[in-house]
Amino acid sequence: MTAPDAVTAPERIVVIGASLAGLRAAEALRDEGFTGELTLIGDEPYAPYDRPPLSKAVLSGWLSTDHTELPRLRDIDARWLLGTPAGSLDTDTRTVTLADGRQVGYDRLLIATGTRSRPWPAERGGALHGVHLLRSRDDADRLRTALVAGPERVLVIGAGFTGGEVASVCRDLGLEVTVTQRSGAPLASALGGVIGGAAARWYRDAGVDLRLGTTVHALEGDADGRLRRAVLSDGTVVAAEVAVVAAGALANTEWLAGSGLAADARGVACDAYCRALTDDGTPLADVFVAGDIARWPHPLYPGQLLRLDHWDNAVAQSRTAAHNMTHPPHEHRGHRPLPAFWSNQFGMNLKCLGLPALADQVVVTQGALDQRQFVAAYGQRGRLVAVVAVDAPRVLDGYGALIEAQGPFPPVLNATDGPDRLEPLDAGFPRTAPAAVSRIADPSAGHLPAPSTPLDPPAPPIQSTPSAESTPSTVSTPSVPSVLAGHE
Amino acid sequence: MTSTIQQQHSPTELFAHALRHENRANPYPAYERLLQQPVVQMADGSWLATGHREISLLLRDPRISADRLNPQQQPIRKSLLLEDPPRHDQLRHAVTQQFIPRIMGMRDHIDTLVTELLDAHTSEQPGELDVVADLAYPLPVTVICELLGVPREDERLFGSLARRLTRGLDPVDTQTEEEIHQLQQARTELVEYLEGLIARHNAEGGSDLLAGLMNDQSPDGPMDAIDLRVTLGLLLIAGHETTVNLIANGTLALLRHPGLLARLRTDPDLATPLVEEVLRYDPPVQMSGRSALADIDIAGTTIPKGARIRLLLAAGNRDPRRFADPDQFLPDRADNAHLGFGGGIHYCIGATLARAEAQIALTALARRLDSPHLAADPPPYRENAILRGPERLPVTFERLLPDPLGK
Repeated sequence: MTAPDAVTAPERIVVIGASLAGLRAAEALRDEGFTGELTLIGDEPYAPYDRPPLSKAVLSGWLSTDHTELPRLRDIDARWLLGTPAGSLDTDTRTVTLADGRQVGYDRLLIATGTRSRPWPAERGGALHGVHLLRSRDDADRLRTALVAGPERVLVIGAGFTGGEVASVCRDLGLEVTVTQRSGAPLASALGGVIGGAAARWYRDAGVDLRLGTTVHALEGDADGRLRRAVLSDGTVVAAEVAVVAAGALANTEWLAGSGLAADARGVACDAYCRALTDDGTPLADVFVAGDIARWPHPLYPGQLLRLDHWDNAVAQSRTAAHNMTHPPHEHRGHRPLPAFWSNQFGMNLKCLGLPALADQVVVTQGALDQRQFVAAYGQRGRLVAVVAVDAPRVLDGYGALIEAQGPFPPVLNATDGPDRLEPLDAGFPRTAPAAVSRIADPSAGHLPAPSTPLDPPAPPIQSTPSAESTPSTVSTPSVPSVLAGHE
Repeated sequence: MTSTIQQQHSPTELFAHALRHENRANPYPAYERLLQQPVVQMADGSWLATGHREISLLLRDPRISADRLNPQQQPIRKSLLLEDPPRHDQLRHAVTQQFIPRIMGMRDHIDTLVTELLDAHTSEQPGELDVVADLAYPLPVTVICELLGVPREDERLFGSLARRLTRGLDPVDTQTEEEIHQLQQARTELVEYLEGLIARHNAEGGSDLLAGLMNDQSPDGPMDAIDLRVTLGLLLIAGHETTVNLIANGTLALLRHPGLLARLRTDPDLATPLVEEVLRYDPPVQMSGRSALADIDIAGTTIPKGARIRLLLAAGNRDPRRFADPDQFLPDRADNAHLGFGGGIHYCIGATLARAEAQIALTALARRLDSPHLAADPPPYRENAILRGPERLPVTFERLLPDPLGK
């Protein structure tokens, strides 16, 4: 008899994923009074560490990866199984099987396996020495070593947040950098073409060779398998010894194939209480989801599932999940944070609240685009949906309440450093054609369960992934369109 | 004896009650009543925000101006305290560029100053220390004078000026004719003093903050003479009239909680959360002011464009919607997001310095005072309602020990 009885207090909790969300969930579980057996499983051999510094302080040499370990907020008295990924999940017997065959049983499970960098295809040069991803601390160590060696030129594929941060550090290190970007502006899928246009000036003022509307056709190496050049879509060739692929992320869901959960390359669907959904949409009482991998319905963004690759969200969602894992359903809390993320690049701090990708219009409300210090508000059909602040972090929170209240757009602010008259512009988001969404096939697609009610999305998914270089693949079609807001 | 608060009192009456000097030692019961309406209009047409969430939002709202003066009150040039972006940002940037590098690595020096101040009172016999006059006041004054490059011997002059001027921050209707007259005179004297200081400094040069501001090579260039004078005056007064209350209020809290005093004696790490809790529980700056640039919907009401708003920071710090057991002094409370240093673009520039001074001073008091007791509880309070703190803080002790670290 294995029928889950979710009402009884759990004795064994297993957390899959030992990064930010997993660690904070484990701490929150103890805060919530869970005294049973707690197991953390992680594929990397390291204790939980902080990823945002990897593309900033670590690459620039200010911080070694040894010093990125996450601070512990409390003692969690956990069993750690590090260095081995989870291999499969059986929700009937409540058992996780690790890749090495070990089995771990649970009364409650938290899935926090996160995302990984979208790799460059091997047939287009992805296996060459000198081609880097930047996701883990090992990635960061390898890339730092490659940059310190003083390459003649670094190629960064994708001008999203990670790409911009890498290019910025490279320039700080005195390295020549070429950045390719599929769309017409850096950050275009995250922040739109207007703000992206301002960002293009940051790139060029910093001396970056920025190639907009350009993709990499192939990476080519020498006889020793070392990267030598990139052939771009416009036919030009860029000589580079180091390439950084910053082309978005894929969810680490392959291990859930056959589990019956609604999981695919975009993430794991869950409800507002972080409970994992089966592929017929039923929430499981004993399996929860948090962090980069979770896709859930957010009351501010009806009719779609939201996924946030944001540090703040990983912390908040893991705490909500921990609360709900240790409480009966009538005491469950919904997860409805205002999306928030930040980036540091080209000497500027960039912070964002809300979901810019929803917007049809944007307006500068404080400062000016060419001043490198400004605030821009995003509107969707006359209501405020997001705000981005460049080198003005302290003013941002004031807009948060306006977004949550779905206040009018353009907002009436009369800010003393605002323009005399607010003049909204088309936000300039690249609208991906539906065909393009599934153009890049994901190798994991074949392992994934098909949803029981396949429906074409009524509109192309709205995306604001870290990079616009390639779009996330749609493998199994969702019953609702997806909102992605990606960042570390 | 303080007057009691009647249930039927209006917010205007409660606020006036809290401002009365006879209630200076404990305005918090009045704040507690005011908190029932987190944002409310007063009889004079101004608005009062007491809720933690509401104050936090207003501090960060782009529809807010820091200029809360009446048109007839407008000075020739506003300091960055009252100035809005973009001028505020330029002034603040110029100051922080000079200020922050100079306060980094200052802890050892502050420690030395604290040691010296207490060494002057070291005693094997029972005695009494006025924590305000003997430590809480001279410490920050010495530090700010050194930082700015102001001769310490000038303290006699600008110390009294600062005291008279900060009284001018309080609501006008709480000031007497005589005080308002004195205020005008103090302003004139301060202008004369600062102009003389700058003129002399110009000739002498130096590596202090004032010299740094005068020689600023940033794109915006050095401040003009008026900005320089106004900024210098602000830093001098802010450095004088705030940290003194943080140290005094902290001492008061420690002496009222002997268990914490004993803990701090053996656990210097307690100093950090302890000072944060002082900033919440009994903040040196009780309120701030703003005005509305546009209609602001908040807490079920609308603050109209043009309205003046008082932000009662010390009430927000006791908001039961934000803090469990708000009237308990609990340094161990988690997530202590107090409003003691304000918030948003006007967040206290001196926060780091004030924290360091208070942490070091309170730790030294805990270590060196043997069996301290308040000679008067409550102590006598200064007239000032906004920059609120004890006038004197006499503390009796069995012994005042030499520096235990033997420096």
